Amino acid sequence: MRHLLSIEDLGAAGINEILDLSDTFVEVSGRSIPKVPALRGKTVAWLFYEDSTRTRLSFETAAKRLSADTMNFGVSSSSVNKGEGLRDTVETITAMGVDAIVVRHASPGVPWQITRWTDACVINAGDGWHQHPTQALLDCYTLRQHFDSLEGRHIAIVGDIKHSRVARSDLLAFTMLGAEVTLVAPQTLLPPSLEGWPAKTSHDIDAVLPSADVVYLLRMQRERMHEALLPSLREYRAGYGLTLDRCALLADHALVMHPGPMNRGVEIDPEVADLDRSVVVEQVANGVAVRMAVLYLLLGSGVELTGGAR
Amino acid sequence: MAERERRMTPPFGGVFQARSEVLSADDMERALRRISHEIIERNHGLDGVVLIGLQTGGVWLAERLGQQLQDIEGITPPVGTLDVALYRDDIGLRPVLPEAATAIPVDLAGRIVVLVDDVLFTGRTIRAALDAITDFGRPRAVQLAVMVDRGHRELPIRPDFVGKNLPTRRDEAVDVHEHGVDLGEMVK
Repeated sequence: MRHLLSIEDLGAAGINEILDLSDTFVEVSGRSIPKVPALRGKTVAWLFYEDSTRTRLSFETAAKRLSADTMNFGVSSSSVNKGEGLRDTVETITAMGVDAIVVRHASPGVPWQITRWTDACVINAGDGWHQHPTQALLDCYTLRQHFDSLEGRHIAIVGDIKHSRVARSDLLAFTMLGAEVTLVAPQTLLPPSLEGWPAKTSHDIDAVLPSADVVYLLRMQRERMHEALLPSLREYRAGYGLTLDRCALLADHALVMHPGPMNRGVEIDPEVADLDRSVVVEQVANGVAVRMAVLYLLLGSGVELTGGAR
Repeated sequence: MAERERRMTPPFGGVFQARSEVLSADDMERALRRISHEIIERNHGLDGVVLIGLQTGGVWLAERLGQQLQDIEGITPPVGTLDVALYRDDIGLRPVLPEAATAIPVDLAGRIVVLVDDVLFTGRTIRAALDAITDFGRPRAVQLAVMVDRGHRELPIRPDFVGKNLPTRRDEAVDVHEHGVDLGEMVK
């Protein structure tokens, strides 16, 4: 496999292979000089057509710790403003000689399209509502640090499922590793059809919390909500927000996760985000190591990443 | 899936087939004891000495050397492990094995680092190890102990402590294991 486009392509074996390798890069990140020459001479370009803080910084840190060169492409300050199309931008970057393109775009499928225009590795850093595979990988890695295995674990994904690429990638990854997933959201924030989704759904968060090993909260994506899907954010918090009171329903070992950025006081109460059971900061730290593993596997290892699904 | 197939990946993969025994378990034990004495002699004791076993073949040898040094001097020097896969110049030909961890127990600044490996061949692993070591601090000195020196160096690197000098052909293979050292071939 030359690209990382969807978590589906990896399969359970591929996911585990990346997670195993991530241990190596956690160790590297803990050194006083956290840098290895593994990808010296390789160039990675960022093609971010959507805003991002942590994913871009996380990829950038990962690439630099592997000694790769990075090319930054800010859409707002580029020729895109002069009317350059996606294809021309990709071909221009490719002509300069890059080894990998990390792309984020508002339209689903863009990373697949790009693979036809470039011979570089393409890594999907989020395409619309569709997929965000490295987020799913770092979530799985964080969970693996707390639970030996996801087999039989119950994970509740709560919030704006409809607009969430994180939910789509996580659902696939968690279930491939053997977990059971319940999607919790008001009807308006669920996709119109859940046919083929390997998950149960619920509209009652209080009924789901007691049996959950993990509560995965999604950000309310107000920038994607063009219709009136909710009466108000206050009402959402009352019905679905993880408040301190609701936290009391959780089992002692249960974890709280969030892909960030958090809307404190909406999907998660400020106090809850700071509890010991909240692993949001660990997720960010692990993101660097997992992305190092992905970059290394695609660019440097010479090992064919064998997806289990194909 | 991954691990076994990776080991089989050409050009380094294959299955080792032994042709003749070079060192018996007793021979190797004697060699380890001699090397231990040499390390102590060379460094006037064990003050500041750290043993670093190179993943994967040097790790258990470093531990065995540590035990021998304890028997002789009554002091166990710190023993660490180092995986040089990310520092190799032939990166991509040899995989990073997830189980090959790096664990350096002490700050290496000012120490005497004794790198331990099973077989010294082209010298490229040691070159990578020297690069890796510098990322962990500035040792006072770095020395090299190997069980077998089989020649065919491609870099100006020489061992300080050798269990056995073994003339080989390039296409032969040397296997160092707990019951001794064998000479043979890799069969694809």
